[in-house]
Amino acid sequence: MNNTGKSVTRVDAYDKVTGRTKYYEDLMPKDALYVRIKHSEIAHGYVRSIDTSAAEAIEGVVRVLTCFDVPDIPFATAGHPWSMDPSHQDTADRHLLNRHVRYYGDDVAVVIAENEVAAMQGVRALKVEYDELPFVLDVQEAMKEGAPQIQENSPGNLLKHTSAKGGNYEEAIKNPDLIKVEGWYETPTVQHCHIENHGCFAYEENGRIVCVASTQIPHIIRRVCGQALGRPWADIRIIKPYIGGGFGNKQDALYEPLCCWCTSMMGGRPVRIDCAREETFVSNRVRHAIRFHIVTWLTKDATIAARKVEVFSNQGAYASHGHSIAAKAMGSFAQHYPCPDFESDSYTVYTNRPAAGAMRGYGMPQASFADESNIDDCAKVLGMDPVDFRMKVIMPKDYKDNFSGNVNYFDSFRACLAKGRELFDYDRLYKEYSGQTGPLRRAVGVATFWYNTAVYPISLETSSNRMLLNLDGTVTTQCGETEIGQGADTAFAQMTAEILGLKSYRDVHVVSCQDTDITPTGLGAYASRQTYVAGFSIRQTGEQLREKILKHASERTGQPTDDIDIEEGNIVSLRDGNVLMSLGELAKIVQYDPVHSEHITAESTFTIRSNAYSFGCTFVDITVDIPMCKITVNRALNLHDCGNLINPALAEAQVHGGMSMGLGFGLSEQLLFDPKTGRVLNNNLLDYKLSTFMDHPRLEAEFIENPEPTSPFGTKALGEPPACSMAPAIRNAVLNATGVEVDMLPLNPHNLFRRFKESGLIGE
Amino acid sequence: MYDMGTFYEAKSVQEAVELRLAHPEADIIAGGTDVLVQMREGRRAGKSLISIYGIDELRGIRLEDDGTIRIGSLTSFSHITRDPLIEKYLLCLGEAVDQVGGPQIRNAGTIGGNTCNGVTSADSSSTLHAYDAVIELTGKNGIRRLPIQEFYIKAGVVDLRVEDGEIQTGILISKDSYENTNGFYIKYAMRNAMDIATLGTSVNARLSADKKTFERVRIAYGVAGPVPLRATTAEQFINGKEVTPENIEAFSKEVLNDVHARDSWRAAKDFREHIAVESAKRALIESVRRCGGEV
Repeated sequence: MNNTGKSVTRVDAYDKVTGRTKYYEDLMPKDALYVRIKHSEIAHGYVRSIDTSAAEAIEGVVRVLTCFDVPDIPFATAGHPWSMDPSHQDTADRHLLNRHVRYYGDDVAVVIAENEVAAMQGVRALKVEYDELPFVLDVQEAMKEGAPQIQENSPGNLLKHTSAKGGNYEEAIKNPDLIKVEGWYETPTVQHCHIENHGCFAYEENGRIVCVASTQIPHIIRRVCGQALGRPWADIRIIKPYIGGGFGNKQDALYEPLCCWCTSMMGGRPVRIDCAREETFVSNRVRHAIRFHIVTWLTKDATIAARKVEVFSNQGAYASHGHSIAAKAMGSFAQHYPCPDFESDSYTVYTNRPAAGAMRGYGMPQASFADESNIDDCAKVLGMDPVDFRMKVIMPKDYKDNFSGNVNYFDSFRACLAKGRELFDYDRLYKEYSGQTGPLRRAVGVATFWYNTAVYPISLETSSNRMLLNLDGTVTTQCGETEIGQGADTAFAQMTAEILGLKSYRDVHVVSCQDTDITPTGLGAYASRQTYVAGFSIRQTGEQLREKILKHASERTGQPTDDIDIEEGNIVSLRDGNVLMSLGELAKIVQYDPVHSEHITAESTFTIRSNAYSFGCTFVDITVDIPMCKITVNRALNLHDCGNLINPALAEAQVHGGMSMGLGFGLSEQLLFDPKTGRVLNNNLLDYKLSTFMDHPRLEAEFIENPEPTSPFGTKALGEPPACSMAPAIRNAVLNATGVEVDMLPLNPHNLFRRFKESGLIGE
Repeated sequence: MYDMGTFYEAKSVQEAVELRLAHPEADIIAGGTDVLVQMREGRRAGKSLISIYGIDELRGIRLEDDGTIRIGSLTSFSHITRDPLIEKYLLCLGEAVDQVGGPQIRNAGTIGGNTCNGVTSADSSSTLHAYDAVIELTGKNGIRRLPIQEFYIKAGVVDLRVEDGEIQTGILISKDSYENTNGFYIKYAMRNAMDIATLGTSVNARLSADKKTFERVRIAYGVAGPVPLRATTAEQFINGKEVTPENIEAFSKEVLNDVHARDSWRAAKDFREHIAVESAKRALIESVRRCGGEV
């Protein structure tokens, strides 16, 4: 292990901090036309007409295209791998521009102009007439009979309903000795708030469309663009440069299909679509707001006898990733706290809100909030320390999920809780903080989560890799898994160097950019799978390249392949350890051989048919200022068992980022909707309360490195897990401080005020 | 790219007045931290601008002969916070404007712009109200001074006469207003930086020599009404009373006679009123402590 397990500097660090790194806007053709989108100003209805004359009269406006001009091809946008099984394909329920508008902010027309100002003026000058329909924003309201119908093919607004059962719940709860703990838990609509807004540009070249996009998933975007435009998939070439974050919003076809269509309508002239932050909040994707109903039945000796969970997931206007999120959330409960008799239902329901898609955690931050709040409610009813209760009832060692094949090999939950308990001095603080009565109260709180690393067996898991031995002895490596700020390229360089026996990860050149004409097919960055899945193809391809190198080295040195190896970038003899030649020498000799010249390369695809549990927990220490209805997080610690760390410093940074996202989710973030119009009220970074640097405590990250047996490098999920357990840990600390259950996120002053007033903590 | 008309730059106050008279349709721009944001949003799309940002004579803080503190209208927030005169006599104002936006905004944004916007949430404004600040305007007829409460007409509208070519040139605080007086500002917001006040509470107090009696207490709120306002009922109640927790508690409840909080999507009326009472109490206690009193 020379190259992995080390906190080496990111391969892109210097360019990023000096501003040299090129994002899509840095690559923009000078003559690109500006495309600005007209968004609907009603929440639901049909576009009757669009008067474009005033817009077209503006100097600089080149063309106006409307929902009456687009091809009649409904398409699906979710960044899932394509499935050959039609019943497993995503729902195709939107057009490039929509005549049936389904949320306030839907796309109805575009103005294409020579400059940004003319394009914006053109959008303001469009006169749209609508036939308005009633709208619905609440998930359970949308399920009622007589609710406005949002999608023609989904009667009752139900996108999908699934159930999971075990044992006999109805029978089990007849036992009169059981204690019932019931709650409703609710999470809000939030947005990813990546630094770089989504944008893209497109042009035609030799009859094909080239689109450079800020996306996480170039190969999938090519397929969606082909489908949306009704063209062969390889007519589209997607190029993904560096991007400024995505968090799942860019695991979806956003405006790439529209951009490709616009260039085709402009005779192939370059066109650009750049989302403003205001549009990013409303007209990209959001996190599903989910309402949970949980009924837990406890035995008197503190075990969980039976449990019932209902999940109501607010899909918004379009399917996007759809029911995958609610299904994943529902599926977490029975594994997290197994019990003999279990019943669960999940409903994904269309409403007239912005479309909800993938967002870091994919249903698990919502599920963790509900599950972990309910578990603390149970501990409270039993009069038990919440950590002790978890130690008793949480997923046991060697637990196996038969669907994914995942195994809890190391009893990781208990290991994380035990280590956290000690590092946080939890037991002392829990006692010391109990029984406070003043206006300012401190408390500790805990929450746990588990996470699937990849998407097997729900979807295909495939990874391809290409390696080239360069003439100076360095290696170029290329994956379909994308760098989106998380540090994937650095991990790939470290793993490639490790497999090949190179001296340093600096001897590996990672092709960061994915280009669907060049890059071997991969699925991009999503789930928490990049290091895991790329690990398989990097190992396989690396072994193939190594074999070729040793074959050539054997020919040139006269040593049998069994007697030589690659160490620190040299061919060495295993007999005496002597260096026989460098990789650079070998590459040159082979490349410039006048008779048998060869460029030493390897390329392979690996189909991954396993998955892995990742585990962890959060400990927080907070102060609640009851009269001011405010929470200060004094200290926060995340513990993860995510297997072996390829790069501990990057892992720590990943955890910090996730904890930060969890803080915002827990304390302040929420998109607000005007009940009269359905309009989003706070689609800007002033009114949407993303937490700032000043709202953060020092974030602490600790790891337990149990090597994952299924993984080539012993790794498992860390991308999304850090965002999962912060919010419920804070909620549980508030419960410990005040005795008040606040079951609606965010725990902002508005919600605290209401709950403190209801419970008599604030009053006359 | 901004949808902007013509951009005029004034190099002196006189030139600014002339430009304003010549182009009455144009808006004034100083630090630009509000104007440019609104222009981008389309609210001021196509407007021409007169920049006064280069008029250095409007920058800085000085003590006039009669002890009045004069703050030039173009003085930035970060300048005010670090100014020795402010630190010595008006600490509370320096602290208040240190809570505007983030560091970049505080370097560019000016106190003149903050007050000319006429918005109730401006962090400087409640403290300036609590200190009976005087606004100085310069136009074609020379200088006009008026109390800050008269300067604010209604939400977003201040008494700045375009027909006279007026611009705001200074903010004045008299010696009697700050002498032997200490104050405290509480910005109640949803996060600790980069936020707009849900409620701004600025209190200052002057105690008797033995620190036992309130000689003069002033309290002003931002976001408790369409423009910043003084809680005069509460002030009258506490003045002359002994410094006791009970009196402070009663004072804080009196503010409900003065505030005009309303329901909006940003906050509910009952919540704002609750915070107004709690903030009045805490800000007065802190003011007393800063005066050397005990509670």
